[in-house]
Amino acid sequence: MTRYDLTRLPLVEPLLRNRWPQFVTTSIALGGFVFAIIAGMVGTPVGSRNFGIVSVWIGWWALLMLIAVPFFGRGWCSICPLPAPGEWLQRGAVLGPSTGTGRRPGLGLRWPNRLRNIWLQNGAFAVIALLSVVVLTTPSVTAVVLAALLVLAVVMSLIFERRAFCRYLCPVGGFIGLYSQLAPIELRVKDPAVCACHTQKTCYTGNADGYGCPWQVFPGGLVKNTFCGLCVECLRTCPHDNIAINLRDFGADLSNPAGRRLDEAFKAFIMLGSAMAYSAVMLGPWGALKSAAYTVGSAAWVIYAAAFLVFIFVVLPGLFFTAVVVGRRLSQNLAENSTTKTRRPEGKRQAFIALSYALVPLGLAAWIAFSLSFVFANLSYLSAALSDPMGWGWNLFGTARVNWTPYLTQFVPILQTIVLVGGLIWAGATAQRIAEETSKMRSLPVIVFCLIVTLVLLGLLVG
Amino acid sequence: MTVALAATTIAFAPVPAATVTPVERHIRIEAKSFEYSPAVVTVNSGDRVTLELAATDVVHGLYLDGYDLNVTADPGQPARLTFIADRPGAFRFRCSVTCGPLHPFMIGKLNVGSNWLMLRAVGLAALGIVFVTQRCRGAGAQRNL
Repeated sequence: MTRYDLTRLPLVEPLLRNRWPQFVTTSIALGGFVFAIIAGMVGTPVGSRNFGIVSVWIGWWALLMLIAVPFFGRGWCSICPLPAPGEWLQRGAVLGPSTGTGRRPGLGLRWPNRLRNIWLQNGAFAVIALLSVVVLTTPSVTAVVLAALLVLAVVMSLIFERRAFCRYLCPVGGFIGLYSQLAPIELRVKDPAVCACHTQKTCYTGNADGYGCPWQVFPGGLVKNTFCGLCVECLRTCPHDNIAINLRDFGADLSNPAGRRLDEAFKAFIMLGSAMAYSAVMLGPWGALKSAAYTVGSAAWVIYAAAFLVFIFVVLPGLFFTAVVVGRRLSQNLAENSTTKTRRPEGKRQAFIALSYALVPLGLAAWIAFSLSFVFANLSYLSAALSDPMGWGWNLFGTARVNWTPYLTQFVPILQTIVLVGGLIWAGATAQRIAEETSKMRSLPVIVFCLIVTLVLLGLLVG
Repeated sequence: MTVALAATTIAFAPVPAATVTPVERHIRIEAKSFEYSPAVVTVNSGDRVTLELAATDVVHGLYLDGYDLNVTADPGQPARLTFIADRPGAFRFRCSVTCGPLHPFMIGKLNVGSNWLMLRAVGLAALGIVFVTQRCRGAGAQRNL
């Protein structure tokens, strides 16, 4: 596996050390975010003409799923506006560490040990997913959701230390973290021995040059991207210049058995299942399904919600668990009939958790494929919404009357096919690699599972 | 090398010409918030198709992906769109007039002959799985030596 430290390039390290580029980008994003809330609240109720809906669910979503997550992992988190106001309040400063000794407003409590996992993020995503058809199409609801997230992030910053909201509650951060394992970029220490000898651990505690890791991560112990927000505070606080931003192979973290957990495994199922469900509900030809998903609180919606939750929390994991058990049995039978020594297989639970990481590339491929048709069909709304953000008849940039034009409709199914088949091959190769840690035969049923999921997605999106 | 050749064949092999004699088809599609009825329309490749769009509640449109054709209809005033279905495959058609909250998701599907893209996708997926399992088997055998 090859790695190239980007901080060796002449301009990169000074650019990352300097707080201004990050501050300016975050501030612009915060301005856009607040404007999206205002537009959602007071602008036109027609979603496709409202800046709140169009900028967030078409513009931001396209950037996030088609560029930021696949190529920069948690790159978005490093400039995300959501935690910024709370963090500024918590720190009592907007840029570098303040020199004043005055009391800051936050309580600075530790996040409860029992909740140090991503189950809350899984739940938060599932709740938003259940309401997604309404959230995506109704400006006022989008505004309420965005405002609620902003308020929640501020409140969490004032109660708990560091970025507890990002790490344990943000529904978006949860899946960005999962898929950041695939990104060809990572923050790691150059030499772990330097960290081991450094008793002050300023990367975690902070110093005059920067804050202790907001994500509650000790960079010396980082083995995967999931919880590193790429805020580069550690780059600023490390007195030994021991932090590297590496270019690396795609999916490098998946080869590392360290840090595999059940909550993250379920995140993979939730994301994959949601992409499948959305492809059927939003992009399928079934009107009754769309109506059921939209009429929140109705009997049809209750049935839809129950089916959705059962699918992502029970059916998909259950089928996958069956595949894992069958694979385990296969490898055991093979070991009994073989004269060569094989490693003792791990328990079913461990095998389930480990092999579920094969679904990470498949899940990202599913989301990219879903987003391609959604984004390209609706991208032309963006220029109109920018020119007339409230839908009040303005024409700021002369593009308010641009007609709706779906882009690349002839090529989107081809792109979706390439992405989904690529995701399947990547998932299959990952399953094989994970299975090789004990016996590679056990990956076969998991690969068949991935194939079936891919065929279903192809049927929904291309068929 | 063999896998690359097989993948290229699956991806680019020319499709056989349609053997069914093209016919004239008239299909009425009713559009109401937020669905088409019928939502899935199937024709043969080469058919001369006339879609009659009838909006039953508010103004709706029908934009046909891949063919880049568009028609809109006011309630009570059906509109027609005639074209030769000369491109085989599955094509989404979607509402082109903002008609309400679920407008972006008001989608139907036109099947024209065989969906060769889907068939190629299935072939490539199967080939991909064979490639992955064989590659790992090869790597495992090398390690055992």
